[in-house]
Amino acid sequence: MQGPLIDTLARQGITRRTFLKYCTTLASMMALPPAAGLAMAEAMAAARRPSVIWLPFQECTGCTESITRSHSPTLEGMIFDMISLDYQETLMAAAGHQAEEALQAAMKENAGKYLLIVDGSIPLDMDGAYSCIGGRSNVEILKEAAAGAAAIVAMGSCAAFGGIPKANPNPTGAVSVSDIIKDKPIVNIPGCPPIPVVMTGVLAHYLTFGSLPELDDKGRPKAFFGETIHDRCYRRPFYDQGKFAKTFDDEGARMGWCLFELGCKGPVTYNACATVKWNGGTSWPVESGHGCLGCSEPDFWDAGGFYKALSVPADPLEFGAAAAVVGAGAGVAVSFANRAKKRAAKAAHQTTTLADLEK
Amino acid sequence: MNELQFLTWVRGPGLDIAVGIFVLGVLWRLFEIYSLGRKKDLAAPRHAAGASGLHTVFRRSIPPPGGVKRSPVSYIGGYIFHIGLAIVVFGFAPHILLIKNLTGLSWPGLPSQFIDLAAVVTMAAMVVVLVDRINKPVKRFLSTFGDWFTWTVTFLPVLTGWLAVQHLLLPYTTMLALHILSVEILLIVLPFTKLFHAFTLFGSRWYNGKVNGQRGVPV
Repeated sequence: MQGPLIDTLARQGITRRTFLKYCTTLASMMALPPAAGLAMAEAMAAARRPSVIWLPFQECTGCTESITRSHSPTLEGMIFDMISLDYQETLMAAAGHQAEEALQAAMKENAGKYLLIVDGSIPLDMDGAYSCIGGRSNVEILKEAAAGAAAIVAMGSCAAFGGIPKANPNPTGAVSVSDIIKDKPIVNIPGCPPIPVVMTGVLAHYLTFGSLPELDDKGRPKAFFGETIHDRCYRRPFYDQGKFAKTFDDEGARMGWCLFELGCKGPVTYNACATVKWNGGTSWPVESGHGCLGCSEPDFWDAGGFYKALSVPADPLEFGAAAAVVGAGAGVAVSFANRAKKRAAKAAHQTTTLADLEK
Repeated sequence: MNELQFLTWVRGPGLDIAVGIFVLGVLWRLFEIYSLGRKKDLAAPRHAAGASGLHTVFRRSIPPPGGVKRSPVSYIGGYIFHIGLAIVVFGFAPHILLIKNLTGLSWPGLPSQFIDLAAVVTMAAMVVVLVDRINKPVKRFLSTFGDWFTWTVTFLPVLTGWLAVQHLLLPYTTMLALHILSVEILLIVLPFTKLFHAFTLFGSRWYNGKVNGQRGVPV
């Protein structure tokens, strides 16, 4: 299967028309001009399978599950099959030394050309001993693999921003890929897990234009992370009308009203869930009745509780009572001082007599 | 610090500090002011209809005869921005949620579009009042740093809140964090500036009304 992509697809029963439709959809989803769809189709059809090395670090395999499962029967899944995934611990048949050899071979053969996908954060404490593969620490493997990569894709919130391992108190000293690698183009595809089409979109863009898509200030593709969940949410009109679900089973919840009061982080979360949806377009968290957790934002785990509305305090007010006591104390103390001053002034007051005036 | 961390800080430790200083300052000032006491009035109180503390509390909310004609901007602009502030602060659903979280009290919110209009009108009125203060030589002469400062710290929460809702200038997350921060600054300075009139207003009106009532003068 080393020939052009279109041949492989044809063998799997994908017609040219279906492929063109797919590329056009992908192009429009990424807000590229109409002609880009055709360019994408041509480039992708002719593309040879690029070598992809997928490194798993401190992760839960949820990102891999998301990519492989939810879209396996779709064209995105096919395209994903079409890359030469030379190293992916979860999916590869090889194990142990064979697996490590496969990694070394892929890095050597495609030096400077392969795409490096990383999921999971990288622990730095105790010299990275918290997470090792084949006796080598994650940070060591990452540095080696990144050196020969054309570009790096940080898959999932852990690789992109440190994710759950980095959550307070961050026992392993977890950091993101971009905290370690500074000299390679890095695309962050955060999410817990990330949306599969974002992955294939970035891959298609890379194959077509030989470059990475336009990124925002957090290294995320603007095409998918350009707008907040809240702005694209189908429940937005209820927010504007002030109609909110107060609990998960009240009348408002049944009427599908806004979940802001139940802690939805949609207003501060940039992701494409509201438009692309999940499980092949079936539904997405807000549609299924639960607020957005904000999983594609850095440190979402420590953002003040999933069930607390954005406008309420993240922590319980700690100093309120103490401040009241100190304030009242200060007020009373000052009033005593003032009264003492008044008394002193009264005591020091000298009355003027007629005799004084006649002096 | 990224914007979500900034927002989490202003919602967490920042709010803690601000509310702490606010509560401390308010109690301090209230104790200090009301414990000053006044000399006993030895004269026999006179009685006149409509001369009492309670009357003055209400009467001072209404412009005196000819007052609106004399300085329309102060009265009309002042009314508009005070009422506008009340609508925006107590009518916007996320604000009610905050109050509910802090005190347990809750009431229905107003539609976002109406709040939006109220915010714009409030800001316009505040700008007009400020321009008037700059343009009128007497007002300018009477203005101190405290006047300009309190105008700014009152205006900024409305502006940043409106910009956040409208998605203008900065990303929503950053603007929301700036909005909360500006409110925290307002909370911190409120007890120690002339903004403390929010607490002392009715007390001083009552006092003035009572003093004048003793003399038989309705004010």
